[in-house]
Amino acid sequence: MKLTKTLLASTALTVASGMAFADGHMASEMTIVSWGGAYSNSQQKAYHDPYMEKTGITIINDESSPEGVAKMRAQAEAGNITWDLVDLEAADAIRVCDEGLAMEIDHDEVLAAAPDGTSASDDFGDMIVSDCFIPQIVFSTTFGYRTDQVPDGVEPPKGACDVFDLETYPGKRGLNKQPIANLEWALLCDGVAYEDVYDVLETEEGQDRAFAKLDTIKDQTIFWSSAAEAIQLLADGEVFMSSTYNGRLFSAIEEQGQPIGMAWDWQMFDLDGWVVPADLPEDRLARVMDYLYFATDTQRLADQAKYISYGPARASSAPLVGQHAELGIDMAPHMPTEPSNAENTFVNNYNWWADYRDDLDSKFQAWLTQ
Amino acid sequence: MAALTPVSRTPISFYLPVVALAGAIAGLLVGTAQGSPLLGILGGAILMAGLAFLTTQIVKAETPSRWGMVVLLGGAGFLIGGLAAALIGAAFGAFFGWFTFWLFEGRYRAYVPPYLTPGQVLWHHSFRVICGAILVFLITPILVVMPLSFNAQDFFTFTPEMLRFDPAGYSLKHYEDFFTNLDWQGALANSVKIAPAATLLSVAFGTLAAIGLSQAHVPFRRAIMAILISPMIVPLIISAAGMYFFYSRIGLQGTYLGVVLAHAALGIPFVIITVTATLVGFDNSLTRAAANMGAGPVTTFFRVQMPLILPGVISGGLFAFITSFDEVVVVLFVGSAGQKTLPWQMFTGLREQISPTILAVATILVILSIALLTVVEMLRRRSERLRGMSPG
Repeated sequence: MKLTKTLLASTALTVASGMAFADGHMASEMTIVSWGGAYSNSQQKAYHDPYMEKTGITIINDESSPEGVAKMRAQAEAGNITWDLVDLEAADAIRVCDEGLAMEIDHDEVLAAAPDGTSASDDFGDMIVSDCFIPQIVFSTTFGYRTDQVPDGVEPPKGACDVFDLETYPGKRGLNKQPIANLEWALLCDGVAYEDVYDVLETEEGQDRAFAKLDTIKDQTIFWSSAAEAIQLLADGEVFMSSTYNGRLFSAIEEQGQPIGMAWDWQMFDLDGWVVPADLPEDRLARVMDYLYFATDTQRLADQAKYISYGPARASSAPLVGQHAELGIDMAPHMPTEPSNAENTFVNNYNWWADYRDDLDSKFQAWLTQ
Repeated sequence: MAALTPVSRTPISFYLPVVALAGAIAGLLVGTAQGSPLLGILGGAILMAGLAFLTTQIVKAETPSRWGMVVLLGGAGFLIGGLAAALIGAAFGAFFGWFTFWLFEGRYRAYVPPYLTPGQVLWHHSFRVICGAILVFLITPILVVMPLSFNAQDFFTFTPEMLRFDPAGYSLKHYEDFFTNLDWQGALANSVKIAPAATLLSVAFGTLAAIGLSQAHVPFRRAIMAILISPMIVPLIISAAGMYFFYSRIGLQGTYLGVVLAHAALGIPFVIITVTATLVGFDNSLTRAAANMGAGPVTTFFRVQMPLILPGVISGGLFAFITSFDEVVVVLFVGSAGQKTLPWQMFTGLREQISPTILAVATILVILSIALLTVVEMLRRRSERLRGMSPG
């Protein structure tokens, strides 16, 4: 019995000390929401660490960007905004902006100008796709393939259309469990001209045509829902080729030494950046703006490219992109924007997707279960 | 165990088909792994029946035959797939050597009563095989995780080096990552803070509720019980969403206190159920006797009732602790990133970066859980022994 009492007493002590410790560090914290993994890591090293050192503010990472839109809605409904800054893809940023969940900002007033004096809005140029959106990086969704599974006497795959070629490249393939990119590739590889893809996709027949093309490889395809899953499938050799984000492929190939090659043709360009939740209290808003001014300047955006192969969104950052911080290899040839990688590229039409997303999402999910 | 039934050798028309059947099943497993199930079935059946015929009819000596099968199949495995396949082959050889002679000598009848019909003997053994298969089914996913956590690569993959048992394929780096990475350490610290606090609250409130609800004169007992147990029945995601909006309004969302209270609410039903179960065996005349001797209700509770229902309280507390320690849905809603617990970190880790660090953590948690259950079980036995409730 004595033993039990001691146990209970020590538990109570732990709890009490835990509670005491829990209070009292709310004052100088900032919660930043992002994607986790290698991407959050690059932000931590390029933005968060130097900022925390400079100001003494603690930055808490929340890896909730995949459900970012839903949680921003819930926070607005509950009237309890706990996030200070959210990292979202361009199409999602347009959606939260339209719904009034994110704050509109004046880019020239809030963000630093380029070192040569070019204003922020000119420096970012047409990457500013919404008044709420502060671009950070250009990333691309493209294909990786197992170099050791390429059939003998066959050229390795070059890009998106090879995924539909089951004869030359037999084996399982991986695709994102989302309509974005898959539908465009399906039409493009079915012979639709690049300029016409979204016009065709707007029509019922066009959508049917895209799904019919996807049908030809459906039973050979594993659909992934997180980028890490796609890399795992490739590393396992479970699929011959898979679409995923180019930065993840870079880290699997260069940092982990996996036998994977890049197929860049018809890579899908997309943007990722910050939005500030609407209705932040005055003091927190001031802190976020101070952080944003620091974290999106020319040097900081170029620094991020030392850790992950995503292109900085500022034109003035591009010349500053150097070598990988740990591996010491040149980053430029691994950037999606590198000319030899970007012979044929596809630019995601964020505004089109902001309008058609919900409809095509449900169609795609229905197609998956057929 | 002494043999119950004298055994005699069985005819070849009996044991050869049975061995062939078992060989076909083993062949199915191996064949599926190699991509040709049908060939595996045929090959397994013919190979095993052939070996059984060879050993029982031509070699006839049991011990050399059984060792011979181990060496033969082990060697074949080694030729096909190296060391790992050799071990598997040897295991198959050992099993089939034993199985052949077990059937051939009729030993399968030795430990069942002599009056059983062949059908009953068959069921006796099938029942054990089924039970074993269920255990394997339950435990394999947990066992697979453990060797993978020593992977030298950053993926959930059995690399060729690992399958060759090459030391270069193994590493402790994922354990090192767990113990040095601030994200994981912060999550561990949060879990260690939240779970005991939630357990303490659950045990206190749950025990009081169970005692109150076991009194015959309390009105609406069943209704109150149903409400208190509802967190266990309502889908977790519903409770979580409800708590999120409610706690947001009263300022508890994103605080330690909020997460502790939410987890306590989830743990209370477990405590109520286990304590109510022990209270069924509690003799209420003991409390009357205590009152008769001048003890107040509080003294009676701590000196008489509590010690007797302690096993129920402890196992309820254990369930409450595990609930809080394993919980991911509610904390995702009620907590904010500052209260990130271990399961939350594992969840995001699994989604964003499939790293074997998760497997290392899982292995550590499995070992901790086993240790915790062992300690509680020993405590329980000790207290029972001290009170003379069990002869042990």
